[in-house]
Amino acid sequence: MLGPALGVVGGLFVGGVGVALAQSLGMLSPIGEVGPSWQHYLAILSAREFRVSLGWTIWLAGVATMIAAVMGLALALALRRLAKRSGLVNLVLQIPLAIPHLAMAVFLMTTLGPGGLLARLVYQVGLIGVAGDFPEMINDRWGVGIVLAYLLKELPFVTIMLLALLAREGRELEEQAQVLGASPWQRLRYVLLPILAPAALSSSLMVFAFIVGAYETPYLLGQTWPALLPVLAQQRYMDADLAQRPGAIAMAVILSFLTTLLVWLYLKVAERWSGAERPLLF
Amino acid sequence: MGKPGPMNRESPLRHFGVLEWLGILAILSGAVGPVSLLGLWSFTHAWFWPDLLPREWSLRAWSYLFSPDAGVGEALATSLFIALLVAFLALFIAWPAARVVAGAWFRGKRALLFLLLLPIIAPPLASTMGMHALFLRFGLADTLVGVVLAHLVPSVPYATMVLTGSFSRFEIGFEEQARTLGASRLQVWRHVTVPAMRPGMAVAAAFAFLISWSQYLTTLIIGGGRVQTLPLTLVAFQRSGDEAVAAALSLIFLAPAVIILLVVGRLMITVNRKDDQ
Repeated sequence: MLGPALGVVGGLFVGGVGVALAQSLGMLSPIGEVGPSWQHYLAILSAREFRVSLGWTIWLAGVATMIAAVMGLALALALRRLAKRSGLVNLVLQIPLAIPHLAMAVFLMTTLGPGGLLARLVYQVGLIGVAGDFPEMINDRWGVGIVLAYLLKELPFVTIMLLALLAREGRELEEQAQVLGASPWQRLRYVLLPILAPAALSSSLMVFAFIVGAYETPYLLGQTWPALLPVLAQQRYMDADLAQRPGAIAMAVILSFLTTLLVWLYLKVAERWSGAERPLLF
Repeated sequence: MGKPGPMNRESPLRHFGVLEWLGILAILSGAVGPVSLLGLWSFTHAWFWPDLLPREWSLRAWSYLFSPDAGVGEALATSLFIALLVAFLALFIAWPAARVVAGAWFRGKRALLFLLLLPIIAPPLASTMGMHALFLRFGLADTLVGVVLAHLVPSVPYATMVLTGSFSRFEIGFEEQARTLGASRLQVWRHVTVPAMRPGMAVAAAFAFLISWSQYLTTLIIGGGRVQTLPLTLVAFQRSGDEAVAAALSLIFLAPAVIILLVVGRLMITVNRKDDQ
């Protein structure tokens, strides 16, 4: 019964990762190396380019995740009553989730770019004198465009996860607390936040893991240097010089290792919080 | 909403605080903003700095996209073909697996769930590069078949998860009852299993379709530029700097996702309501 699905996941995914691992260790090489050896890992780990890129990736993913988590908490709390009354809230929240990352990136480029709508608006209001005064938000030094793109997608995701939990568990406890005379602040501090904390943590892990490994958004909205790790790895992989490939694959393997660790952590958190044998998914 | 009852008699809008209004504003702008502004861009012509609105509106971007030399029609057909095939295959592959996962606990189930979760969340980079090496050896690189296989990797686990949800709500006992009442296997399947599973099947197929539809990196690596899908064409137009065309193509690209969501979203709401009863 499990055969076909295991064939796809086990054969293609695990098999693919296995071959990637072998190639990163200098085996199955298209350029005739004979491994196994750690030389490609040692080479990229000692290169400044990789270290800067890894640090930049974790930093940016961390920033985007933190903002999404905090704003998601606020949004879920603000919308919890409305969401109980109407399924429309969930539907509206899912629209940005459905928009592919590439389309979202194009939207941000046309809106926040140097000649974009926001720059024109700011100029018309008189905040800037010439087009060049508008701060760079796309392909910029600080990754503003990347973070904004991820917020547009991940904030609704976190909010949906939290609203689902509040709908299941929040209402009765909140009402009981109210009946017992708890102030709004006390209800937030001692009832709502404790309910939401594990879900906020597990969905943050998912968001973080996703951003660390995602390619399209930083490819379109990021700067050339330092590039986020998936972009750097893909660039190296596509290089005409095939000798670059094992190093590129080693970077991808490191990314996979990192995110697998995060998924495992997510499962631990989710299991503990739901107590169920099946972790809550989307 | 809508049903008259003691809870709903007063206008609910009156009870909203500032925070709720801010929240509503935030999610509405997140939902409407990208689509409407991309729409605006796609009709612009001669939009000079610093005009807030263009001097001229035009259908140039749209008529260019639909002209044969843009190559969009082919990319659209390729994308549709691949995504439909992936949705169909994913449903078939996921079905038996979901039945097992929804059933009783067994040794190794935790490992199986972890395995199924990985391709959904782990970045596709390493697995795709490895697959690429395999496919190069078996002549599947740069082919449609190779791209379909690569798209199945994230789609099958997703479809399995969705169908697992449906199967765990589905009363397997009904099948046995129908069998003891003399129904053939085929009849049970047609009249008991499929009708009960239909919403779940629709959602699973829709998700698989959308996952395949929006794949960029996997298509790029496995297809090697030979398999030209819509997202690849979109990036090419974006890189060429024609923003009106890129905006129009983005809309074509995101349309199926939003349409499917609006259809499936209603489906999911009805499924959930049934559960509440």
